[in-house]
Amino acid sequence: MISAPDVVAFTREAEYEEEPYSEPALPEEYSVPLFPFASQGANPWSKLSGAKFSRDFILISEFSEQVGPQPLLTIPNDTKVFGTFDLNYFSLRIMSVDYQASFVGHPPGSAYPKLNFVEDSKVVLGDSKEGAFAYVHHLTLYDLEARGFVRPFCMAYISADQHKIMQQFQELSAEFSKASECLKTGNRKAFAGELEKKLKDLDYTRTVLHTETEIQKKANDKGFYSSQAIEKANELASVEKSIIEHQDLLKQIRSYPHRKLKEADLCSGELEHTQGQACPAATTSTLEESVDTDLYSCRPAYTPKLIKAKSTKCFDKKLKTLEELCDTEYFTQTLTQLSHIEHMFRGDLCYLLTSQIDRALLKQQQITNFLFEDFVEVDDRVVEKPEPSLPKPSQDRLLSRSLEDCPIPQVFISVGSSYKSSVESVLIKMEQELGDEYKEAEVTALSSFDPQDNLDYLDMELKGSISSGESIEVLGTEKSAPLLTKSDSQGSLTVPLSPQVVRSKAVSHRTISEDSIEVLSTCPSEALIPDDFKASYPSAINEEEAYADDSEGAIHFQAGVSPQKLDKAKEGSLENLLPQADASCCIGKESHLLQVPLPAAAPSLCDEDSVVSIPPQRYQQKELGFHVDFTAEIVSSSPQDSGSEGLTAYELDPSHLLASRDASKTSLDNYSDTTSYVGSVASTSSDRTACSAPPTSSSDRHRKRAGQNALKFIRQYPFAHPAIYSLLSGRTLVVLGEEEAIVRKLVSALSIFVPNHSRSGKPVKHWVSCPLHITDFQKWKLIGLQRVASPAGTGTLHALSRYSRYTSILDLDNKTLRCPLYRGALVSRLADHRTQIKRGSTYYLHVRSMLTQLCAKAFLYTFCHHLHLPACDQEPEGLLAGRQGSFLRLSLGLVNEDLKVVQYLAELLKLHYTQEIPATGQPTLRFDYVPSFLYKI
Amino acid sequence: MLRWLIGGAREPQGLAESPLQTVGEEQTQNPYTELLVLKAHHDIVRFLVRLDAYRFASAGDDGIVVVWNAQTGEKLLELHGHTKKITAITTLPSIEACEEKNQLFLTASADRTVIVWDCNSGRQLQQVSCFQSTVKCLTVLQRLDVWLSGGNDLCVWNRNLDLLCKTSHLSDTGISALIEIPKNCVVAAVGRELIIFRLVAPVEGSLEWEIIEVKRLLEHRDNILSLVNIDDLSFVTGSHVGELIIWDSLDWTMQACERNFWDPSPQLDTQPEIKLCQKPNDTAIHHFTWDEENVFAAVGRGLYVYNLQTKRVIACQKTAHDSSILHVAKLPNRQLVSCSEDGSVRIWELREKQQLAAEPVPTGFFNMWGFGRVNKQACQPVKKQPENAISCALELIGDLIGHSSSVEMFLYFEDHGLVTCSADHLIILWKNGERESGLRSLKLFQKLEENGDLYRPV
Repeated sequence: MISAPDVVAFTREAEYEEEPYSEPALPEEYSVPLFPFASQGANPWSKLSGAKFSRDFILISEFSEQVGPQPLLTIPNDTKVFGTFDLNYFSLRIMSVDYQASFVGHPPGSAYPKLNFVEDSKVVLGDSKEGAFAYVHHLTLYDLEARGFVRPFCMAYISADQHKIMQQFQELSAEFSKASECLKTGNRKAFAGELEKKLKDLDYTRTVLHTETEIQKKANDKGFYSSQAIEKANELASVEKSIIEHQDLLKQIRSYPHRKLKEADLCSGELEHTQGQACPAATTSTLEESVDTDLYSCRPAYTPKLIKAKSTKCFDKKLKTLEELCDTEYFTQTLTQLSHIEHMFRGDLCYLLTSQIDRALLKQQQITNFLFEDFVEVDDRVVEKPEPSLPKPSQDRLLSRSLEDCPIPQVFISVGSSYKSSVESVLIKMEQELGDEYKEAEVTALSSFDPQDNLDYLDMELKGSISSGESIEVLGTEKSAPLLTKSDSQGSLTVPLSPQVVRSKAVSHRTISEDSIEVLSTCPSEALIPDDFKASYPSAINEEEAYADDSEGAIHFQAGVSPQKLDKAKEGSLENLLPQADASCCIGKESHLLQVPLPAAAPSLCDEDSVVSIPPQRYQQKELGFHVDFTAEIVSSSPQDSGSEGLTAYELDPSHLLASRDASKTSLDNYSDTTSYVGSVASTSSDRTACSAPPTSSSDRHRKRAGQNALKFIRQYPFAHPAIYSLLSGRTLVVLGEEEAIVRKLVSALSIFVPNHSRSGKPVKHWVSCPLHITDFQKWKLIGLQRVASPAGTGTLHALSRYSRYTSILDLDNKTLRCPLYRGALVSRLADHRTQIKRGSTYYLHVRSMLTQLCAKAFLYTFCHHLHLPACDQEPEGLLAGRQGSFLRLSLGLVNEDLKVVQYLAELLKLHYTQEIPATGQPTLRFDYVPSFLYKI
Repeated sequence: MLRWLIGGAREPQGLAESPLQTVGEEQTQNPYTELLVLKAHHDIVRFLVRLDAYRFASAGDDGIVVVWNAQTGEKLLELHGHTKKITAITTLPSIEACEEKNQLFLTASADRTVIVWDCNSGRQLQQVSCFQSTVKCLTVLQRLDVWLSGGNDLCVWNRNLDLLCKTSHLSDTGISALIEIPKNCVVAAVGRELIIFRLVAPVEGSLEWEIIEVKRLLEHRDNILSLVNIDDLSFVTGSHVGELIIWDSLDWTMQACERNFWDPSPQLDTQPEIKLCQKPNDTAIHHFTWDEENVFAAVGRGLYVYNLQTKRVIACQKTAHDSSILHVAKLPNRQLVSCSEDGSVRIWELREKQQLAAEPVPTGFFNMWGFGRVNKQACQPVKKQPENAISCALELIGDLIGHSSSVEMFLYFEDHGLVTCSADHLIILWKNGERESGLRSLKLFQKLEENGDLYRPV
């Protein structure tokens, strides 16, 4: 069997031998600074990897039943992007690795066709010939006119960088799942509408046929039926059958959202973590149900047509387009989401990873990060922007869509991710036999409780959880073996949700992919026909109630099993992940690629040292399957935290993870509490959404320019240090100049040194021309002031001289600075005019790292109890001040004026922390009575 | 610095002739290192009144009364009721017998109304609008549980706002100041006259309140601007031409009179400042403050310390500010604070003079635009008075610059700092930065404890 690293090694062996990181040496033409290329988001290495496209793009393909695999559209829709890349050929490839068990038709034991609510499959594949690697997301849409009612589609993220796809798999999968869910929701709606029309047609046809038969009966009273009459009767019978079939289909498609909803309640713990679009009403099921019924009942009047008895499935008719299959609004929304994905993953992998780590680390500095970081807000805006711009045809539809759309993708993602993370660690180069053995061994090892004894529990579990049913189905179909009977599957697979099952499934997938396409990784194709879903037709009416009960049963199951056993099972799964990862390290050469940070290891990233020592890694992987437990833990321990900060999983440390096991002990009541709580929290967790989006290139450019100009300022002015000290210590710096452009430029450059008062924005005023007032100094810490030559300008200068004790004045025209003396050591490191840093963005990063360090010091100082509160009541005041001073000097290593900087930051921290509502009022203006000096060049 | 900024343009006027004492940028004794600008008024803020330990009310020409929290600077209430500018404000202390603990205060306005406010709820409890003229001063006689309003006539009211009695029309200019003195008497300053009224409470014989004019004191040569009680035994008045008279509260006789020091008398002819003093406005006594030993008078632009024992001026600062001083107050920590029309607030300290024969320092050397270089030592106080008369000196230890226009009044809170109000519509809360920092730390750790985030190594 051919598996991915195998082939990669084969095709690119020479390269790997020489350069372990597969990146060719930098050619000479690229050894110069890469400004022009980097600014366009182009990857200078992409051409070298042999790819025929200039940058990453998204391809949507279809496996058409008429013409076979065909590309439909690309995002961005620009021929320049994919260039000479053969989309047709690639479509063929990606469509041939569809692992969705899209089985539709008449399952044995059922008289009627069944719809599969097929889970998407997510595959990574590479094509060494084309130099293209792709994350491929297969999905199935329903089409009444299509064969088996299904139309297989796939969305592929195509990149020349294999590492990027592998490392960003989770993110890609999460984002594409959103897009896919959007498409599928629209499709279900459209399909239901189509079915209704068809039913009306059939009804009408039946009436017509009926009358015709009656007429014939009346006309022909000889007592025997003519062949014509028999034919008519047969036709009538087939129409009747067809009506029942279609009614059944309609019921199935309609029941879908409710089922998903129940699932949403079940795993609403995950909801919080994977929430894509924060939807306040996500879990208000009652509301949604009512809306749903509206959604399907409000159909425009339709005139039924007579249906010919002949089959409509023929090749001469035109298949529906993707847009027709889904509602137009959903289709455009999907396109928006896809272009969002394209934006999100634009750029080099290194950049993506660093910014992800960066954001994750920033999240951890909840208390101090408001001081100097500005892009938290920027990101929020970036993410929120696309939402209002989404096409919203009508107001009532908007409501229904937002209710219908939001919860479902979330649930999907969460279910999927619990598999994905484990799948990624799977050994690719594994023999099938080995895989099977593995499976057998692990399954038995894992099932620490006797399968026979716990059959009752399992029965419940299988009924309750759709996903568990799915996995069994898949095993059956993928192996092309006769369907396992229900009891069989239960007997052999006792822990349906364990990663091992999935892994073994993945292994089995590979048996059929014996073509030139290298499957690097895959995730489960959950072809799901839950057992209960196969219920006979009449009982389907009560399906919803049944589900409600069952899901509760599942929770009972979880809570019922003794916690030790669950712990063991989990530990087992964790431990088993480790050797796999190791093994993959030996086999695959890109060990870091396949390495999955273990739950316990991931939090260590917050440690400074480990960040440096390990290569960029992905963060969220420890979210494995414990979402519900996590939430329970969060709720029980610190509700304020999660409520206010939208706690993400990686913010939890291992102790939480361990503690979370206890959460499984919590009773059903606790669970229901949890879910309702999460539901309310869901709206606040938009914070999380923000972190998933990279900063826009515009803010990037802004920062780069600011860094560049700041660097210029430092080199140009020997008195840059006292000026920066003024900014850091909260003394307003007034930049005085005649030309607006110059002043503005310097102000935005210097604004990188200005600490924020709150999250609401930088206290920077770029350009003022009226005389300054005391309130301005309270509000702004950096002001660009116009120098007016006319007599009117003297008012401005008078005001400036009057308030001179609150300001430092940088006169750009005369190149002078008037400000207090600075003798500290901090700013000289921050702004060294002999620095080797040449690029603006580098300098910006340097400043940020220095300032982060400073923030850490301020944090320590602020939150050291004994520094601010007297040890005993009678302690003299001087002692406290002495302690503070010695702490700042000796422990934090600050000298002279540096103390004031930290003290100022500490005041800001205190204010920010104690403020009930952020940014209620202006902070007080703090100042010192210190002499100022005039600096000249 | 201005010279540096403007490039040696014109000098601010009056600098050459008036050696204003300045303090350098380094003010080590100035505790106010934090300020908070409070903005609610749309016109000149003229009055500040302390309501309790942490609240104060401000009022001014826009007719709005605002109640503030002196600690946080939070605006607690904004009271609208007057249509014209407010002319007087005073608190109405709650009486012991009274059950309701509501803190009340009175405001008088140019719309000829007086309103009683509840400063907890902000409700307008009662309103009187039967005045013939604008009420310019309000006084509460707590002992009798009545309050007096002074306009063109003097009215006596009880707590329920019933008019108990009133005087006849006194003058068109009206009563400018009103204080209570012993024996149920009040002193009203009407123009250049001081009129003493006696209030007769209802006794068995008559049920009516009565107010009787007892005496008129005609010692002042010009309008009386300020009238202050020193203690139970004496009160002090100051006039527009710089006369300071200390009166006996019991027999209403003149105890001491000082008019020579700032009168254009021959005694001061030798001084170059005389020319300035000749302008009547420069000698107007706008405000007094006092302590056990001294009366501190704001005379024009200068500050004078008059010792009650020796009955002479013991220290003075002829040009303490650039323009008229509007309000002075003695703080408990021996500091004297003055605010002026020039928009600044200055903090002074009365110090025993080290040596009597200190040679005068050429103060003109330091001028107010003297930044750019560091004035390491604070300037020596101006010592222009005859040496035998002065034994102390007022030393400038700090100034507060924030207002862009005349500072009308200030209020001192022991725990929260200084509140100043100004014609630039702003109120500024000046705070001790170090203490505030400590308080914030306290609050921080309290919040940490509330959240249960406080780690205690036990």
